[in-house]
Amino acid sequence: MLNRKVMEFWVGMFVVVALLSLVFLAFKVGNLGTSDVGKSYQIKAVFGNIGQLKPKAPVKQSGVLIGRVTAITLNGDYKAEVHIEINENFKIPVDSKLSIRTAGLLGSQYIAVHTGVIDDFLVNGDVVDEANTQSAMVLEDLIGRFFVNKADEASK
Amino acid sequence: MTNNKTDLVRIEDIAFKRGERSVFANLSLLIPRGKVTAILGSSGAGKTTILNLIGGRIAPEAGHVYVDNQDVHQLSTNGLYALRKRMGMLFQSGALLTDLNVFDNVAFPVREHTRLPESLIRHLVLLKLELVGLRGARGLMPSELSGGMARRVALARAIVLDPMMVMYDEPFAGLDPISMGVIVKLIRELNDVLSMTSVIVTHDVHEACSIADYVYLVGNGKVIAEGDAETMLNADTAEVKQFMSGLPDGPVPFHYPAKDLSDDFMKAKL
Amino acid sequence: MTRYISLVGRKAIGTVERSGRAGLFLYDVLAGCMPLMRRPGLVVQQLYMIGVLSFIIIVVSGLFVGMVLGFQGYNILRDYGTESALGLMAAKTLTRELGPVVAALLFTGRACSALTAEIGLMKATEQLASMEMMAVNPFMRVLAPRFLAGFIAMPLLAGLFTAVGIFGAHLIGVELLGVDVGVFWNQMQSGTDFYDDILNGFIKSVVFGVVVTWIALFEGYEAVPTSAGVSQATTRTVVYASLAILGLDFIMTALMFGEI
Repeated sequence: MLNRKVMEFWVGMFVVVALLSLVFLAFKVGNLGTSDVGKSYQIKAVFGNIGQLKPKAPVKQSGVLIGRVTAITLNGDYKAEVHIEINENFKIPVDSKLSIRTAGLLGSQYIAVHTGVIDDFLVNGDVVDEANTQSAMVLEDLIGRFFVNKADEASK
Repeated sequence: MTNNKTDLVRIEDIAFKRGERSVFANLSLLIPRGKVTAILGSSGAGKTTILNLIGGRIAPEAGHVYVDNQDVHQLSTNGLYALRKRMGMLFQSGALLTDLNVFDNVAFPVREHTRLPESLIRHLVLLKLELVGLRGARGLMPSELSGGMARRVALARAIVLDPMMVMYDEPFAGLDPISMGVIVKLIRELNDVLSMTSVIVTHDVHEACSIADYVYLVGNGKVIAEGDAETMLNADTAEVKQFMSGLPDGPVPFHYPAKDLSDDFMKAKL
Repeated sequence: MTRYISLVGRKAIGTVERSGRAGLFLYDVLAGCMPLMRRPGLVVQQLYMIGVLSFIIIVVSGLFVGMVLGFQGYNILRDYGTESALGLMAAKTLTRELGPVVAALLFTGRACSALTAEIGLMKATEQLASMEMMAVNPFMRVLAPRFLAGFIAMPLLAGLFTAVGIFGAHLIGVELLGVDVGVFWNQMQSGTDFYDDILNGFIKSVVFGVVVTWIALFEGYEAVPTSAGVSQATTRTVVYASLAILGLDFIMTALMFGEI
């Protein structure tokens, strides 16, 4: 049988390499590190249509990741209510506008924050109402509107 | 013979079935302390089963087995294991652990049951290997041993914890004459030197009788005859005579029970 | 006619009886795992036999499976102009399905068949019986260390397979076919979820490890102690374990991703 020390060495190597590959999967592939927003506060935003937005979608301010969508529900007015957690290091002025954007033509959707100017910031539990949000672009609606506009122009 | 002081093992009215077939009905045996006892019987008479019953590996349907005044089959698992530490058993094949070398095989029970320092284990193991004449073979693997050597290593392993009793399952089977002679000599010598009790289960009449103090002949699920080696060899009963002298036909028929000969051949439907 | 019905009955009774024995066997093995805490050396030894010796085949297979995924994925995705999603596709298929399942199948062929043959031969050569007579519990000394080693090694091997597979896909997709390296990894990272993909794949591999090692040990322990018996038991291990892997994978996939 193999020398005990040699065997223990190889078993140790095996376990370390395998654990490293699991860590690699968790953090580099599964994105475990960044899906955790850290210490955060919760806000809600009401949208008329969320399109393909999903929980865990990123929330970006000027392209910088500041939070994530935690859940999506329907409120009393049959509007989509998106629950968002924001890292407490980032502040959002109360007159900011939230819109659902698409990363690339066919990419996944995210929430973009268009920073407002008022010196008062959203705090835990605040709700951004529909007036300050912009729903997802739905391709069919866009195309439909394009034809309506064309028709309007032609009729003038 | 019924004095508990002198009998290490008492088997009382044992019944045992394998499936539907009855192996023993009302078998009783006494194995005296400090002696070599041989249990003879033809193949399939359930001799090994007796050893398994004594060792508590199987339980009887009825009756009791007492080893050192403890009822083997009433013991808890821990009690049974404690008892087994004081018994050694030599299996027919030797049953050495194939992934350990000779030294580690003999050291195996010591390492499992004690926390002795390695230097002491070395002494203990080499001592027992010396007794069976294989101190020089300590580094070999079981696959490199001949049948006789493997059995001697197994013997060293069986006695390494100085048990009160060693059970031998067919110790003479399949050995060349020299190895056989060695094993015969070893069983007797170890019994006397280490003051153990030995139980030999075998069908090799002459080897067994040459060293046994007391002999049982087992067949048809019961003890057919018993006595010291001399009496048994000179016995007059037909059954005993047939077995002891190896006659092909006698009370134990040559033919396995079958249909009538003419029926079987003439009226066979194909 | 009645003969066939009673044949079915006999088979059914046999199956139930066998599953009962397998359950009791698992109970004994688990009971044997407890005292092993004081003797980790026995588990380390089996980790070597089961884990380390499977390392090469797992790494090589993982690399090839990943490279094939790279080629096929690229060809299919290019038709839709989405070859940027190659990393995502490779990562999802590997973490969710191919990693746990293929690693478990390889593990069955490499380690479990050997386990069955080893235990079967130990039984045939009376090694287990002799241990019992030496007052050593074979469940603790022989079966439990192998079970624990299989339980530990299987998720590790599956993780290794998956990681190497993703590397293989990267090798083909990025290095050979020219998918942008940033896009490859970025798409993978934003699309792969720790809980949905990685954790579920990990759970699968743990379940496979337990079931497959259990089957291997049970078949070895129940083997008829002859050379023909041991070879049949080894075959049964490979067949039953492979079927168990695929069947359980279907059930777990339905539970995890089926959204029923």
